[in-house]
Amino acid sequence: MIYANKKPIFCFLQTLTLLILCGSINLVVAADVQLIKVAYITQEKKIPAALSNLDDFVPLKGLAGTELAIKDNNTTGQFTGQEFQLNKIIVAIDGDVIAMAKQKITDDTVFVIANLSVDQLKTLADLEITQNKLIFDATTTDDSLRNSQCRDNILHILPSRAMRADALAQYLVKKKWRQWFVVSGPSEEDSLYTSAIKRAAKRFGMDIVAEKKWTHTYDARRTAQSDVPVFTQDVDYDVLVVADEEDLFGEYLAYRTWIPRPIVGTQGLIPTAWHRTHEQWGAVQMQNRFKAQARRWMEEEDYAAYLAVRSIGEASVRTHSNQMQAIKDYLLSDKFSLQGYKGNPLSFRAWNGQLRQPVLLAAARSLVAVAPIEGFLHPKTTLDTLGYDQPESACNNMPKIKNESIVEKQDNQSPVDWKKLIKQIIDKIKQ
Amino acid sequence: MKYSILMSMLLSCLAQAETVFVTLEKDNALAVVDPVEGKLLKTIEIGQRPRGIALSPDYKYLYVATSDDDTVKVFATDSYQEVAQLPSGEDPETFALNPAGNLLYVSNEDDNLVTVIDVINKKEIAQIKVGVEPEGIAVSPDNQWVISASETTNMIHWIDPKTNEIVENTLVDPRPRAAHFTADSTQLWVTSEIAGTLMILDVNTKQIIKTIRLDIPGVNADKIQPVGVVVDKERRWGYVAIGPANRVAVINAQTFEIEKFLLVGQRVWNLAFSPDQKRLYSTNGRSNDISIIDLESHKVTKSVAVGRFPWGIVAKP
Repeated sequence: MIYANKKPIFCFLQTLTLLILCGSINLVVAADVQLIKVAYITQEKKIPAALSNLDDFVPLKGLAGTELAIKDNNTTGQFTGQEFQLNKIIVAIDGDVIAMAKQKITDDTVFVIANLSVDQLKTLADLEITQNKLIFDATTTDDSLRNSQCRDNILHILPSRAMRADALAQYLVKKKWRQWFVVSGPSEEDSLYTSAIKRAAKRFGMDIVAEKKWTHTYDARRTAQSDVPVFTQDVDYDVLVVADEEDLFGEYLAYRTWIPRPIVGTQGLIPTAWHRTHEQWGAVQMQNRFKAQARRWMEEEDYAAYLAVRSIGEASVRTHSNQMQAIKDYLLSDKFSLQGYKGNPLSFRAWNGQLRQPVLLAAARSLVAVAPIEGFLHPKTTLDTLGYDQPESACNNMPKIKNESIVEKQDNQSPVDWKKLIKQIIDKIKQ
Repeated sequence: MKYSILMSMLLSCLAQAETVFVTLEKDNALAVVDPVEGKLLKTIEIGQRPRGIALSPDYKYLYVATSDDDTVKVFATDSYQEVAQLPSGEDPETFALNPAGNLLYVSNEDDNLVTVIDVINKKEIAQIKVGVEPEGIAVSPDNQWVISASETTNMIHWIDPKTNEIVENTLVDPRPRAAHFTADSTQLWVTSEIAGTLMILDVNTKQIIKTIRLDIPGVNADKIQPVGVVVDKERRWGYVAIGPANRVAVINAQTFEIEKFLLVGQRVWNLAFSPDQKRLYSTNGRSNDISIIDLESHKVTKSVAVGRFPWGIVAKP
């Protein structure tokens, strides 16, 4: 496709002549620039109990990522005759998200970036006003939302808990750290994380040798030196897998366990969509550009919001459309491939709307590995070794995609025999 | 008769004296290689994170983008002494010289700009706004076009060097990396890192006339990330470095058929011909070496360890 800079002027003159003839002037703007309206909705959050005073609380994570992507889209838009407009909807802590959504998301806005909780997101997606809109979930990692609870008007940007746990498991398979001691926090989210860990352990043939719930205090002075050694006593294991999504105690575990073992999971070596230690595949440029704009490191939510808006940008440039259905069809087709600074092109899983992507495995100051780990194979794309693959998916709400190649390949696809694969990999390592 | 013997002796002498320069991104240095002997001659410290590299048309000067110093440095090729620093703008990575050798076009990736530098007066003379994350840049041999490839906007911007303004834009496959004009200035070859393709654009129409998917049997599609691309003077063969696939694709430049894939070092990045176009050199970022490819037999004849993260490469007679 060609965009000649001279063309708009020519078009403009033509249109102008027409308009003079017709006596109308309203059409000029519509003919010249295609408007693409994007709403970003989020709610302010309480400042959580800080584990350490070293890390500042970042309010409104995600918003800066959205703004950067809008700016990028508009830089491209000047060459394609498109303009992206952002409507920021920031609901106060005690405000009503759904009421605000009804009030502030205009009829002509068909793309909504949501930084909301799982329940808020479900309610939003089920509203009458959002039935003809496409919602980009740029926050949740919930597996049920991507399976039995899936909605056909939501695309999920961040890797699910299952994808994260699989990424971690692949690395632990490679390291032959097969004996896991799982420590879970008390929250519901921690239980979901633990479930994903257990699913991955089963899938990759790992042994969970012990599982304990953390019920102790969150006071560092007590916890760290007295509780942790006792808590981790009498178990022999290779790694301690911790599920503490709220970051309340996980950091205390390292260096304090009874026997010397590494910590992985929500603390220690973490599976994540984005991390400040990531600098390969052009990520340095992304980190620099984000820091120059936001004056802080890019967080996962920022990366997700950035990718959501960039997806809309990429699809609207390729289809030259601002219509929901055209964009959605393109996003879910195998033509769509997004540059996400992680090497592989990113795309959406048509069966549940999850963005396919590599998962980073990061320590505080170094990037340890990027999953899928070499050797984990898949008939279609190695990225689908992470999370729920199509044959395992319980999502039945997504539209059937007409795209021939995807359907064909998937129909012939049998579920991956992981146990056999892992055995092959281990045999290979032994050789 | 005598004359021609003398000439051929002189030519073979020159061929013997060929020197290859390689920027080493992680060593902050320049490697000097004798490609005929296949030997690393020396390594010279040149500045922070050197990447893009070019020779002046008379081979007297070497230009190196030292990205973390925010400058393009100029070195004399006989003494290796630094003779100047050019105001390149921030974080210069890739750049291109015009055929006359007096103007340098630099991609400023973080600022979405192309900076035009007067090399003689060491002055910035223009900044051109382009798409997001400009990377690949090339000047046509007939000096009619400067093109800038923006990695996130996914466009080739056609800049008129007389006015320093964008005249047209061509939408290409995702994350275009490198671009190379054929010697007759009629075609532009562009690689897309994300789509794993090579696109051939007609310079007159600015349209893509051919897209070649660089699929390699037995290599996962995720690994097909083409970067550097060059085409020989007669437009017989084109060569594409395919990054983490560790291969260089040999393309028939007349039929656009893939002839073969040559296995080189790890994460092959950029390519350069020997001045006589009998050899091709590739920088292999991960395996810290360069590969030397004989172009008559299309075989890799040697690899030479040069230092950490070899990035850019040029050859001087």
